This record gives sequence, structure tokens and C-alpha cells, in this order.
Amino acid sequence: MSTKPEQVKVQFETLDQQQSADRLGMWIFLATETMLFGGLFFGYTAMHTLHPQIFDKASHELEWQLEFINTAILLTSGLTMALAEFAVAAKRRWLTLFLLILTLFFGAWFLTAKGIEYLDDFSNGIVPFVAGGYHYSGLQPQIAKLFFNFYFALTGLHAFHMSIGMLLLMLMAWLTFRWRDPDKMIRRLRIVGFYWAFIDVAWITIYTTIYLVPR
Amino acid sequence: MSAAVTLPDEPPSYPEEHYLNNGYSLKSWLTTTDHKRIAWLFFFALTFMFLIGGTAAALIRIELITPAGDLVSDGTYSRLFSVHGIVMVWFFLIPSIPNTFGNFLLPMMIGARDMAFPRINLLSWYVYMIGALAIIASLFAGAPDAGWTFYTPLSTQYANDATIIAAVGVFIVGFSTIMTALNFVVTIHRLRAPGMTWFRLPLFVWSMYAVAVLMLLATPVLAITLLMVTVSSWLHIAIFNPAIGGDPLLFQHMFWFYSHPAVYIMLIPSMGVVSELITTFARKQVFGYEVMVFSMLMISIASFFVWGHHMFVAGESTFSALVFSLMTFVVSVPSAIKIFNWTTTLYKGTISFDTPMLYGVSFIGLFLVGGLTGVMLASTGLDMDLHGTYFVIAHFHYIMVGAAVTAYMGAIHYWWPKITGRMYPEMWGRFAAITMFIGFNATFGPQFLLGVAGMPRRYHTYPPQFQVLNEASSAGAVVLAIGYIMPFCYLIWSLRYGKIAPPNPWGATGLEWQTASPPPEHNFGGEIPVVSRKPYDYKHYDAEHGEWQGRP
Repeated sequence: MSTKPEQVKVQFETLDQQQSADRLGMWIFLATETMLFGGLFFGYTAMHTLHPQIFDKASHELEWQLEFINTAILLTSGLTMALAEFAVAAKRRWLTLFLLILTLFFGAWFLTAKGIEYLDDFSNGIVPFVAGGYHYSGLQPQIAKLFFNFYFALTGLHAFHMSIGMLLLMLMAWLTFRWRDPDKMIRRLRIVGFYWAFIDVAWITIYTTIYLVPR
Repeated sequence: MSAAVTLPDEPPSYPEEHYLNNGYSLKSWLTTTDHKRIAWLFFFALTFMFLIGGTAAALIRIELITPAGDLVSDGTYSRLFSVHGIVMVWFFLIPSIPNTFGNFLLPMMIGARDMAFPRINLLSWYVYMIGALAIIASLFAGAPDAGWTFYTPLSTQYANDATIIAAVGVFIVGFSTIMTALNFVVTIHRLRAPGMTWFRLPLFVWSMYAVAVLMLLATPVLAITLLMVTVSSWLHIAIFNPAIGGDPLLFQHMFWFYSHPAVYIMLIPSMGVVSELITTFARKQVFGYEVMVFSMLMISIASFFVWGHHMFVAGESTFSALVFSLMTFVVSVPSAIKIFNWTTTLYKGTISFDTPMLYGVSFIGLFLVGGLTGVMLASTGLDMDLHGTYFVIAHFHYIMVGAAVTAYMGAIHYWWPKITGRMYPEMWGRFAAITMFIGFNATFGPQFLLGVAGMPRRYHTYPPQFQVLNEASSAGAVVLAIGYIMPFCYLIWSLRYGKIAPPNPWGATGLEWQTASPPPEHNFGGEIPVVSRKPYDYKHYDAEHGEWQGRP
């Protein structure tokens, strides 16, 4: 045991073993996240099967052009995050920090645009669960409520995950700024990078299902 | 002590330093990351929740002694069976074996010093406690009254507020399950000792793997389903309300997508435990090790495709009912394989009936009855008749109490010497095991007859012709309760007065027995063991000297 490097925790033998355990843990966590979103998608699909026309019509109220740009922004943040992982692997402290801040900037842009869309939704009267927020006059407004609820549930759950991702990124930016243990930073950014990539993938699925398919 | 083998005469001595005495303060327990101490934390919490659920069950049985509703009102009765179900399923049965014995034994059995993520392991306990507090809060808020299944629209439109608080509690405890399962999978993948290949893993470890996969893939769906119920109820959203476009069956589909695998989450760990008990006390290699492993994994996979058999009468198309019925028959095949393999392991074994073995044999019998009645319920025609009757109650109690709790008790007795370093009183142990077996059958056997006679579940009154069987069942419940209270008393007694246990009182081959009782902090005193043999190689194991003979 005396030969073990200091940063290896007691339950592991080698750093390699520890890192691969961390990565596997993150993969498994993302599998559970997939099932979490999957349940919501299943509910949406079931309701869509029951009321296809009403749901498709209701989807036309959403601002798909705004979210198209937003999708591009989010994917760009995925790129900067991936570049940050390369930068930290090359031990380039300031480049890593710059790329992380850029990722944070795109993330914030996405969330702000999402917030603006929510505000528009409110003024368009398609927020069924807020008092006075609902005066949709399209096909079957009572049943269309279900569509809007699922829309807010899916995008809301995504925004929640995104906020957690942003907090993690802020922590990572701070730790990169301090630059105490670059090797540890490489491992940390890989794990956070997984999570950020999952957020991207989840969003692409949501955007396709809710915004594009009904059109 | 009449152990399975003769052991050296020299009295075993308590190790000077072990995981229990390296800190006595409350802080040393509440901030521990030692998997063995976390197992104890769960053990205390689970026992407490078991008492709550057990009290509710006792009140139910007392109420049902007479046909009239004389002890409690119908509203209170609904609360009693809801609390009983919610607490027993999510706060006792699902975490029971994984979070106590899984936590304690899994790293030791694979030759690791701890779990892969010890802090997440501790966090899992705190999350469990928050969930448990929510359930206790729901008791003070009037207790949930929509059953353990939270069926909509009952739970979303007609139930009391406490139902939603309880749903939040179950939502929270789900994350504790997920964290533990994640830890198990990563630990088994990454922390096996040198030479501990996949097919050298003890069957208990395999059962933890199979159950962890179920937990990881099913629990998130329950979480999102309960979230939908909670939000629907708070914000009056009509996802499950057919009056304005929703679909109550959507809830049932999503709920049973989790809750049928959940039945196997409760059962598979007990299969793992019993495989350990049977091999140790028959002193034989388990019959068909690989088949045992694959049957466990097959149960785990197939259980994801049988949820519709809970909904035969709920408005399912005939086609899907038939498919789900067929899939349910399919899942009984690997279960039957396991029964055959356990009995074949006993064949020509050197069997000794110590307390753990009594529990192990009880398990096989009770699981057989529960499994066969399950096959009956899986046939759509019969289920139309028996759905919602006491037949179903008796069936799933044979699985969830008869099989799972019996195996849990067997595990407590089998590993008690390892966990505490003390022996329990053997005669009392056997007496309690037999009492529990008799009490259990006396409680739930009559309920099969009640169900066939047509007594529906969830009513606190019934026609007078059902009284005799209900009285028999309640009388059996008294015996069963005694069977549970006895171990509670003598195990506490044994903590102080029990004989000091040797490291390997049963002469078993598992790695957990090759270290001191109780084990030191990182299990193996620094060096992790090297494994060179298949598990349960009793043929080549000399228990008297703890040595292996012959080449691996």
C-alpha cells in the first residue's frame, strides 16, 4: 500500500482503477437520467397518441425559430466544453478557463432565451397552471392544456438539469482558476463533460419531439 | 453451538481493533464512510420503519377478527393498509437486504476495502432518512389513504393531502435506492480482488448485481410518475383525469413498469442469500452455478416486460393481455430453475439444520407456494376471477414476506457472528425460525381460501361466512408476531452475552469469512486477498483448519 500514489482513495489500488470507476459511475447515472426523461416522454407519447390533432395544433403556438437558434447555441456550448477537456488535458490553464467561461456564457444565453420564451408563452396565454395564464383559443383548449403541461414539464426538467450543469461549470471554472492539481482537473472535467453532453442530447430529443415533429 | 463443522477447541478471541470500536461518538457514526457502519445505520432505520408497518398490519388483523367494523372506521382502515403497504414496500422490503447485507458484505465478498463511492453510500442513508421523515410527517398530516399503489384519479382528486406528502416521501427514497444501486454496479465492475473473475463471484454478489440493474432502470420511472401525480394534484393538471382528456391507465402502466420489477427487487436479493445458506449448510458446491447466474439475470431482464399482468381487468386489449400473460409464464421459468437447483444442491449434501438453514429451507417452501400461485394469477381467465381478492394478497405476501423477509431473517442469523462478533443463542434461533414458518402459513394460508371464496381486499367489514378463516388468519398473525419479536429480543441479548464468535463459525468458503469477526476497518487488514478458486468449493475446503486442499 505504501507504493500507492497519494491521490488514490483507500478503496482503490491504482489511479486507473479509480478513474474508470468514476467514469462508469457517471455513465450509469446518465442511464438513470435517460429513464427519468424517458418516463416523461412516454407520458407525452401516450397523450399524443390519444389526441394527435389537438397536440399538433397546440405545438404551433411554440416559437420553433427562437428555439432553433437556441439549439445551435446549446450545441456550440457542447463544442466549447469538449474543447475545454482537450485544453485541460494539454495543461493549458488559461485556455481551459476561457473555454469554460465561454461554455457558461452559451449556457446562460440558452437559459435566458428559454426564459424569454416562457414570458412570451405567458403573454400568448398558453401557461395552463398559472392563474390567468391560459386563454388558448385553438382546437379543444381543455385538452390542449395537456400538451402545454408536458411542454413545460419536459423543458422545465431540462432547464433544471441545465441549472445544475451551470453550477457545476462555475465550480469547475473556479477550480481551474485556482489550478491546484491539474491532473485532478482533467478527471473532473471529463465527468462534468459527460453530464453536459447528456444535457445536449436530452435537448435535441425534446426539440425534435415537441417543436419539430408536430409541424 | 452445533455448527455445520467441528471447529478447533481453543476459544476464539475478540479482535482488539475492529470496525465497531474505532470510534464510539455519535459523530463517528453519522459521518462514517465505512460500508459496514452504513449497513448498521440502515439496519436501525429499517427496523424502525418495520415496526411502523408492522403495527399497521397488526391493527388490520385485529379489525378483521369480526365481520363488523368495530375497531376502526372505514377511513382509518384505508389509512392503515396504505401506511402498511407504503412503509413495508419502500422503506423496508426494497432496501432490506441490499442496503444492510449488500452494503456490509458486497465489498468483503469481492475482496475490496470499501464501496467505490463511500460518500455517496452515506448520502444514500441521509436521503433515505429524509424520505422516511416525509412518511412520518404524512402520518401526522392525517396518513395517506389511497393505497400503496397511488392509483389515479383516486390519489390525485379524491385522496387527502397526506397522500401527496407520502408520494413525495417515496419519490425521495427512490434516489437513495438509485445511489446504492449505482455504487453496487460500479463496485462489482471495478473493485473485484485479483483472481475474482465474474464466474467466481458468490451468488449473493450476482444477486446484488441483478437487483442493482433493476433499481437503476426502474426507479427513475417511478420518480417521474410520482412527480407527475404530485404536480397534477397540486396544480390540478389533468394528465390522469379522463374527464378532460387525460388517461388514468397511463398511470397504471408507468407505475407497474416500476413496481413489477420492484417485486423482483425485493425477491432477487433473498435468492442470493438463500444460495449462500444452502451451499454452506449442505457443504456442497451449488448445483449449476452458471445457470443460477443466468437465471437471475434473466429474471431481472424479463421482469421489465410483465407489468401488464397487473392490469388484466383494468381495460387492456386482449392481445396485450395475452402477451403479458405469456411473458409472465416465461419469467417463472428461471424462478423454477432456481428452485430445482437449490433442491439438487441439497441432494446428497451433508445437511445440518442450524438456524440460518431453517430459514433457508422455509424460504424454498414459501417461495414455491408464492411462485405457483403467481403462475395461476398470470393466466388471464383465472385472474379475472381472483383479481382484487385475498388470493392476490396471500400470493404476494408469500413472495414478499414469506420469501423476502424469511431470507432477511436467515441472513441476519447467518452473518450475525461476522457482523457483531457474537453468536446468537442457537436453540432460541431454531425455535423462532420454526415459529415464524408456522405463524406465516397460519396467517396467509387461510387468505388463499378467503380469496377463492370471493372476499375482496381493502374492506374493513365482510359477510359473516368469512369469519372463521379471518379469525384463523389473525390467530396466525399472533404466532408470526411472536416469531419476529423473539429474534429482536435474543439478538439484542446476544450483543452483550452471546458467545464470542470465531472468524468462520460455519466453515464457509466466502471471502467474508476469511477475516476477523468483527472485521477490521478496511476488511482485510491492509492486504487484499487473491482468489484462485470457484465459489462454494466445499469439496476441497478443510473447514477444521480453514485450508484448501488440492489444486484449484
